[in-house]
Amino acid sequence: MIIKFLDIAIGGLLMGGIYALIAVGFGLQYGVARVLNIAHGEFIMLGAFCTWTLFTSAGVTPLVSMLFCAPFFFAIGFTIYRIYYNQLRTSSESPAVFEGNSMLASFGLLFVVQNLALIIWGSPVKGYSYLAFPIQLSGAVFSANRIVTLIASVILGSAFYVFLARTRTGKAIRAAAQDPDAAELMGISIKRVLAVCFGFGTMMAALGGLLLSMTSIMLSPVMGMQYTLIAIIVAVLGGLGNIKGCFIGGFILGLVGYVVSSSQPGLSMVAYYVIFLFLLLVRPTGLLTK
Amino acid sequence: MPILEGQGVTKYFGGLAAVFNVDFHVEQGEALGLIGPNGAGKTTLFNLISAALAPKSGEIRFKGRNITGLAPFKICRMGVARTFQTVKVFADMPVLNNVVLGAYFGMSPGMASADAIREATSILEFVGLSAVKATPAKDLTLANQKRLEVARALATRPELLLLDEIMAGLNATEVAEAMKLVARIRSQGITVIMIEHVMKAIMSVCDRIMVLHHGAKLAEGTPTEIATSKEVIRVYLGERKHAGS
Amino acid sequence: MKTPVKKYVSFIALITLLALLVGVPGYMPSYTVILITNILMHVVLTLSWAIFSGPTGYISLASAAFFGTGVYASALLSSSLPLPIVIVIGGCASFILAFLVGSLTLRLKGMYFTMFTFGLVELVRNSLHWWEVNITGTVGRLIISADNKHIFYCMVGIFVSVLLISYLIKRSRFGLALESIGQSEEAAAHSGVNVTRVKAVTFAVSAFFMGAAGVTMSMRWTYIDPTTAFNIQFSFMPVLMAIFGGMGHLYAPITGATLFSLLEELLTTKFPYYYMLIFGLIMLAVIRFMPHGLEGGIEKWRKRVEKESPVKT
Repeated sequence: MIIKFLDIAIGGLLMGGIYALIAVGFGLQYGVARVLNIAHGEFIMLGAFCTWTLFTSAGVTPLVSMLFCAPFFFAIGFTIYRIYYNQLRTSSESPAVFEGNSMLASFGLLFVVQNLALIIWGSPVKGYSYLAFPIQLSGAVFSANRIVTLIASVILGSAFYVFLARTRTGKAIRAAAQDPDAAELMGISIKRVLAVCFGFGTMMAALGGLLLSMTSIMLSPVMGMQYTLIAIIVAVLGGLGNIKGCFIGGFILGLVGYVVSSSQPGLSMVAYYVIFLFLLLVRPTGLLTK
Repeated sequence: MPILEGQGVTKYFGGLAAVFNVDFHVEQGEALGLIGPNGAGKTTLFNLISAALAPKSGEIRFKGRNITGLAPFKICRMGVARTFQTVKVFADMPVLNNVVLGAYFGMSPGMASADAIREATSILEFVGLSAVKATPAKDLTLANQKRLEVARALATRPELLLLDEIMAGLNATEVAEAMKLVARIRSQGITVIMIEHVMKAIMSVCDRIMVLHHGAKLAEGTPTEIATSKEVIRVYLGERKHAGS
Repeated sequence: MKTPVKKYVSFIALITLLALLVGVPGYMPSYTVILITNILMHVVLTLSWAIFSGPTGYISLASAAFFGTGVYASALLSSSLPLPIVIVIGGCASFILAFLVGSLTLRLKGMYFTMFTFGLVELVRNSLHWWEVNITGTVGRLIISADNKHIFYCMVGIFVSVLLISYLIKRSRFGLALESIGQSEEAAAHSGVNVTRVKAVTFAVSAFFMGAAGVTMSMRWTYIDPTTAFNIQFSFMPVLMAIFGGMGHLYAPITGATLFSLLEELLTTKFPYYYMLIFGLIMLAVIRFMPHGLEGGIEKWRKRVEKESPVKT
């Protein structure tokens, strides 16, 4: 009985860490920069594909690829915000108009990124195998790579949490999240903080994708959208911008997904969606906010 | 029976009590003033009456019927209308259409087209906006936008009108005009509750005044009683001695 | 308000356009008939989308779900009922789905609604797929197809209906309520508008036409399964086209959809690997520089012309 419970618990947690990371990224972009980034999943996909490329053509292990992917995708996100979304923000008549427009713009971004991926990598699915040996944990068997992704996601999440709490930039981000105007009056360059947030968002997405690719799933340029959806659900579940909440939400969703797919494969997205509907109707501010 | 009464009305935002255990009543045909420092809970109380928000506890009754927690459109159709502290006109629509909307939907059943347009036109005259009836609402001055809100509210044929700081941001002439408008509205038999910071207006227009402070009712009485109440002066009027302008 | 002369001219132009359309299968090659059917489909989807999302500002990404419902209705019924009836039934099925979803989720803030509709397509697709795998045992269905002329005329009929309904809504008090919701939902509610019901009904009406279009277009394909029927592109395209063309006057989404369809036709044949990229870039450019679409530019130009004209129109 305990073994079954543990099996489910751990099995659920394994994906949960990844879900949490991508939700944190989404939450940063929407909660602070106010960009509802429908293209979030595309950056997850890009992270996965970059890792694949580095692994299959240069033999770089995924965990080492992180050292490249993290700053690279941060820079991409930062640049995208600076050259596009920032101008959109200043030229929009109101924050509400900007939210609508930035969401629609992310649409365009989705098309661009997905098509670029199709051009670069082609449409056939890809995958690679890394650390795919089994490990026994109290009677249940799990793949080593999944356990590594869990550990990695928790480490990354904690590191980011500490970053937000302790560093100057982190505090600036939290200030901007609460009140952009006040933050600006206190001397914080809003332009830069929002771009940094967006950059962190794409970075988290890419890292999530990197970890995802480690779990031996099949990668395809059109895989992004379902992860955008998962990121949205987890972010709403945990409360936008709330890192701890995203982790708790991620684990809940991971758990649900594991349980559902072991009895009825193919219904896990439906289960997530029902949770989402329930959440939006009953407690849209998230389970953990007061 | 008072046209509007509330008992124990309470609303929390997070841990803060925006409105706490407030009892109130308004008699038919009265003008009740609602005053208090900023953040006292005045607009929140309006929001609770008009059902923009639902109270945590307490009951609100309009003409004897419990209206707590009903949908705003239902309350409007029952005869309660309001204006908003931050003006919410339909910006891209012409002034006339703003008012016509109220005539179409503010009662059930709504008016027929020709009647609604006629009604809206006469209301625009009543409030003094006939000259701009084809102008998009966003192009009006603030004072006129506030008048437009009043017109739109009047089009719903209310028995009770909640006016939220219609004089805020107006100059002396405009304030005088607004006071005359309120008098005209009252002469139609409409009961009025006004939130205002312009003391001269409140004191001269209202029959009774209720003072809120930190969400609770501090005092209630005639303008003279309130103006001379030590509590009220200490908390509110004293800080605003020059609020006579 | 248009002057009587202008209204008369628009009306004549429309009748002429319709007359030309009706005659198309008579004097145009099959390829053109198919092309125009495609364009009309996009126009219908865009107009339908604009009926709801235009005035209210709620961006719906559920169009593919409603289109797909029509496709599936056709798969279930087309062998036993005549096409026009199936079209109406498919439309009604989408109407009901949209009304249910709308009543539940339109109380939410705009962004949450958008997020929710984004997932609706996946939800329906996954559910249907699971149902077919586990309950009926077969995935996918065959459709009795109709010939291109048939499909063309049905699409013209749907186009005329959508146009008519859009026009009537805009001029009615219902349309006024819709517009007021888009300008200030709270003020509308406090002026007696049952905002949730108005939104849900409008959303459902727009879904009806999407479902009808789905039934009609399904006749092109002989085999459908959940993945082909519920394709997220049908959610994205109407949005792109409406943003590109604009959503204020009726001509705007029609123009946007027509131009974009032609563009798509051109690009998918010449640059099949790049057309998404180009669409995306166009979208980014339009949002940044012309957020009101072509219509925004056209209206600005019209206003300038009117101002400079010595004659009052």
